[in-house]
Amino acid sequence: MNPVIDYHALAPEIVLSVTIILCLLVDLFIPDRPRLVPQLASLGVLAAIIPVLTLAVSGTDVSMFGGAFVVDNYALAFDGLFLVVAYITLLVSFDEIADGDYYGGEYYVLLLTSVLGMVMMASSRDLVSIFIALETISIPTFVLAGWRKHDTKSNEAAIKYFLIGVLSSAVMLYGMSLIFGFANGTKLSVISEYSAGSPPALFAVAIFLTIVGFAFKVSAVPFHFWAPDTYEGAPLPVTAFLSVASKAAGFVALLTIIRFGFFNSSDSWQPLIWVLAAASMTFGNLAALRQTNIVRMLAYSSIAQGGFILVPLAVAGDVSGPSAWEAVLVYLMIYAAMNLGAFAVVMAVSRRTHSTEISSFAGLGRVDSVNAVMLSLFMFSLAGIPPLAGWFAKFVIFRAVFDAGTTAAVVLGVIAALNAVVAFFYYSNVVRRMWFDEAPEVVSSPRPASVALTLAIGITVVVVVVVGVYPEVFARLGQLAFASG
Amino acid sequence: MMAAIQITDTYYLVLSAALFSIGAVGVLVRRNVLVMFMSVELMLNAVNLTFVAFAKTLNDTSGQVIVFFTLVVAAAEVAVGLAIIVAIFRRRRGMTADDMRVLQG
Repeated sequence: MNPVIDYHALAPEIVLSVTIILCLLVDLFIPDRPRLVPQLASLGVLAAIIPVLTLAVSGTDVSMFGGAFVVDNYALAFDGLFLVVAYITLLVSFDEIADGDYYGGEYYVLLLTSVLGMVMMASSRDLVSIFIALETISIPTFVLAGWRKHDTKSNEAAIKYFLIGVLSSAVMLYGMSLIFGFANGTKLSVISEYSAGSPPALFAVAIFLTIVGFAFKVSAVPFHFWAPDTYEGAPLPVTAFLSVASKAAGFVALLTIIRFGFFNSSDSWQPLIWVLAAASMTFGNLAALRQTNIVRMLAYSSIAQGGFILVPLAVAGDVSGPSAWEAVLVYLMIYAAMNLGAFAVVMAVSRRTHSTEISSFAGLGRVDSVNAVMLSLFMFSLAGIPPLAGWFAKFVIFRAVFDAGTTAAVVLGVIAALNAVVAFFYYSNVVRRMWFDEAPEVVSSPRPASVALTLAIGITVVVVVVVGVYPEVFARLGQLAFASG
Repeated sequence: MMAAIQITDTYYLVLSAALFSIGAVGVLVRRNVLVMFMSVELMLNAVNLTFVAFAKTLNDTSGQVIVFFTLVVAAAEVAVGLAIIVAIFRRRRGMTADDMRVLQG
């Protein structure tokens, strides 16, 4: 029997694949047009959003390859998120890649390949397809982290990320192989049925290994040690991509595998995720407090933010409605906007100052007040101050905690609330330095920020402000994504 | 005369668990990046053995199909990993994980 293939449902993946091949060919045969590949790449990403929208309008769920690949609202919501994040990442990449004396074409090919993996990830409902999607995401990012191959820092970022990446894959795969043995299948629906029975104690070990593998990918404490080094050493656009898109993909994998697979054996995964969430928030924030480099600070802050995203997952088993799942989606969307925005401003400023030390941001309010205002907005949003989008992200987390209402959930909620206070100190420290400190000596050879970088800052700041004032926009998206589930 | 030992599927699973543990210890203990990488490969092969053993027990060939996917992914990882290691070797002779300490804090 031939498998039934719905090309409309596969259109985002097909458009991306065609774009990747075209970028490679154009880069190979038309060498005197350096701007063509970036333009082609961003057009391809925008074109891939169109079928996502038409599929969302048509509203029918498609299940292919024996249920291993499903296109429903849940998948489409995350597809949309990944493609928009990819577009903004491309916008912030143009300057950086054009300035560097490295070949630019491959950068876009690798970036899009990683995005292709993310779009596949949102639809995967089988351990094998989740694994393949995760590797399609990870392997190009190993190369991207080492993009500046003559820079010792970039080399070190790549090798650390690579070793931890393959180690986590091996651990995750071992867990998956045990699950295959117990449940007699790799489809999440089969695993879900199996875990509804009374699985043996060793099944919990399999779940533990699988989730630990994902914990490396989302850099949850205590599996986070690679993240700050990799983020600092990698080129800035790649860091933005890793800390937003790649991390979000890890969370989507975790969400999918828990929601569709492990949900019934919540005794095995809830305590583990609880510990990961509490540790990530606490250690991430405490480490961020003593950072002097803003990229490293953002790295630890993203570990802490990851901890917040794990909170609704840690209580998901006790929540009757979909509010825990919605919280993950809404938090990821808001986090993507504010973190990408913060990185875009850091890039714009460091083009002038050639530094990412927090001290180089002193007095920015007087030198470059527009960027100072933008960075202040993103920092306050990350801290969760109303009326910026960050407060709504925190709000959905606490709503999920209250819906669960168990003692463990309330304790985790208290830890999250305390951490939100700690986080305010280091975010506001950057703002204080920008507006109240004296500017350092004037630096030479400033490079102006391009239109693309300004556009990226513009898009993200609009999202952060509009969603902060009208959170219904994202709340409605969250409800639609989980309506049928 | 000794009784012939019946090799059951449990033997394969114990062997793969042992291989996986040896690999994991290797990653944690060894400091040479190449050896660490080889240890990870050992872990991946332990995974393959588990899949094949279960495929035989369950009489389900999908376990063997998964091994092909794992092999392909492992090959891609080798290609990328060795490229990164070569890029580093060009800049400095010899390399251990302890040398990788420009970034810390």
